[in-house]
Amino acid sequence: MSERLDVRKTYKLLIDGAFPRSESGRTYEVLDARGAFVANVARASRKDVRDAVRAARAAQPRWWSASAYNRGQVLYRWAEMAESRAGELAAQVAAAEGLDATDARASVGRAVDRLVWYAGWTDKVTQVLGGANPVAGPFFNFSLPVPSGVVAVLAPRDSSLEGFVDAVAAPLCVGNAVVALASETRPLPAVLLGEMSATADLPGGVVNVLTGSLDELAPVLASHEDVDGLDLEGAPDAAGELAALAAATITRVLFPRTGGDASLRRLRAFVETTTVWHTVGQ
Amino acid sequence: MSSRPLANSELGWLAYDPAPESSSLARLAPSYGLFIDGAFTDPGAHQQVPTVNPATEATLATVAHAAAADVDRAVRAARHAYDTVWSVTSGAERAKYLYRIARLIQERARELAVVETLDNGKPIRESRDVDIPLAAAHFFYYAGWADKLEHAGFGADPRPLGVAGQIIPWNFPLLMAAWKLAPALAAGNTCVLKPAETTPLSALILAEILQQAELPPGVVNIVTGDGATGAALVEHPGVDKIAFTGSTEVGRAIQARVAGRATHLTLELGGKGANIVFDDAPIDEMVEGIIDGIFFNQGHVCCAGSRLLVQETVADEVLRRLQRRVEQLRVGDPLDKNTDVGAINSRAQLARIEELVAAGEREGATRYSSSCALPEHGYWFAPTVFTDVSQSHRIAREEIFGPVLSVLTFRTPEEAVAKANNTTYGLACGVWSEKGSRTLWVAQRLRAGVIWANTYNRFDPTSPFGGVRESGFGREGGRPGLAAYLDV
Repeated sequence: MSERLDVRKTYKLLIDGAFPRSESGRTYEVLDARGAFVANVARASRKDVRDAVRAARAAQPRWWSASAYNRGQVLYRWAEMAESRAGELAAQVAAAEGLDATDARASVGRAVDRLVWYAGWTDKVTQVLGGANPVAGPFFNFSLPVPSGVVAVLAPRDSSLEGFVDAVAAPLCVGNAVVALASETRPLPAVLLGEMSATADLPGGVVNVLTGSLDELAPVLASHEDVDGLDLEGAPDAAGELAALAAATITRVLFPRTGGDASLRRLRAFVETTTVWHTVGQ
Repeated sequence: MSSRPLANSELGWLAYDPAPESSSLARLAPSYGLFIDGAFTDPGAHQQVPTVNPATEATLATVAHAAAADVDRAVRAARHAYDTVWSVTSGAERAKYLYRIARLIQERARELAVVETLDNGKPIRESRDVDIPLAAAHFFYYAGWADKLEHAGFGADPRPLGVAGQIIPWNFPLLMAAWKLAPALAAGNTCVLKPAETTPLSALILAEILQQAELPPGVVNIVTGDGATGAALVEHPGVDKIAFTGSTEVGRAIQARVAGRATHLTLELGGKGANIVFDDAPIDEMVEGIIDGIFFNQGHVCCAGSRLLVQETVADEVLRRLQRRVEQLRVGDPLDKNTDVGAINSRAQLARIEELVAAGEREGATRYSSSCALPEHGYWFAPTVFTDVSQSHRIAREEIFGPVLSVLTFRTPEEAVAKANNTTYGLACGVWSEKGSRTLWVAQRLRAGVIWANTYNRFDPTSPFGGVRESGFGREGGRPGLAAYLDV
């Protein structure tokens, strides 16, 4: 019995709900953990970054104005999609991270559970981070967490799926739109998860996934004037430099830190506090 | 073709064609056993009691009457499941079970809506748009807490209570089951749920859903029956927590029964909600709010706005518009998608409403009832408004739990607050005004667990619900809703 020849996939960018190749036409070779060729992946350009940020900016108000319950269900749907394609994700995690099949499957399981964890935060973050303030005077005063806006995520270099989920789902669940740059050497699990977002009712532009050169694209994202938050998880070596670029427009910066992944660090990173004073009296 | 006229319409003689939802969607079994330890018992092993459609008086199915021995078996199953499975199941895994239940409710929403309307008598529009979606939302919300309890504000590792005995009323059968089960399971408790005697069916469909979700056996047990079944649950020494929603009279008895025991208790009891209307309120929205406040679910709502407090300067105008709107309410077949007001849930409840309405007339209040035609069979009561009501009248003091509104007037905000608080209850109030500062001033002075401003009868899983004074204690919904099931 002859073995069937598989049909291979072209891995592309996710910008504004569409899957373009890089406008530059460039690609780069992605290798597996043993050094074997896996795929030619799109190498995004400065222009692709700008397109992704524009899409994120346009999509963010609609994402934030959806009810928290609705956002939670959409993120949960994303987890359902990931679970139903867990085998595919595990194969790419195994290839990218050099894990055996069991460990790769376990990593996918943890990533899906993490997504579910964040899905549950959408309608609780206000209750945990916000509250009424007993000011002295005839006022009703309360504070609410609101999203920063557009968050650029430099995804972790090593943890191709779990780390990507943690870095992307946190700003999303509090109402931000995200432009994520996948791990340069291990991008495919992130690309797959991006594809799955398109079947999870995430509005186009809310999540954008780019692949390409960190050195080339990170400064573009860091210095982009329409980026409100910057997660430097995937660029520990250049964090200071990139943070300095971000300072020009007072972009909020999350620095890489190891451990404490169950903390609310990422949830708090890209929210603002809005406080309302209302008079009380006859 | 039969069609029902819309009386007194300014548009002339309008008629609505029937738009019935199909009762065949309900897929009911002829008889049901109890749901204990993950399986249904043999219906033949129990005394069977019919549950009827209050709109037709036809029997829908028969359900088991759980005796004390059955309750004991259910409590022991819950204890065993708590000790061996649920207390060692991680929060993340409990969350995933609850998400499954939420999804299954969403998937079977249409069927559940029909079952609810058949068994309860409420309009399909309400079961479809309120009861069932909110029940799913409640499971979805508390699913998300199961793996985040350390962030809920009760310390680093809050512990569950153990076995919860939960007794729910007939006015929102599935929704009340969700309000009870979702936070209890999220916090790590196991449950014995006792549905109301007249509305057991949606809880039994929920039992099927729990099986489809592969919830471990014994984590939720559902025992149908009457007050005797509930009493057996309350008195069972193996129960760590009693959560009761129902009348203040029964709540009082339950509190007395558990007094001196280590049993935790939360009570969500009756109410006599004041809907306060100031003269600057937006009149059309306000009239709709008054209607929704008292006629939603035939007035079978513990937080119903059953006392209208209207500022004297606008009382005539408000009453005129109110009467016109009442006359337009469509009363009849609950399965009809155009129906506004359905059937009274039971013969006993109808008798209670009739008794209090007769007392209102006897004590000198002026009665106005809709001229709508009522169906020949089933239990019905026309939407009714009483004016010339004084604070001492029974219809101003006692919970009627039916489509009957008592109207009183006031002149100043102080008087409105004083009259609103002149009750032994304290569940919910409404305030209607365009002036936000005054609304907040009034809200600070009302003794009620929930206050709606320029809206009424809004419910959300994230929003705590519950009463003060003789409306009970404890909250359902939101972060406080977890406290009812944690040892904190």
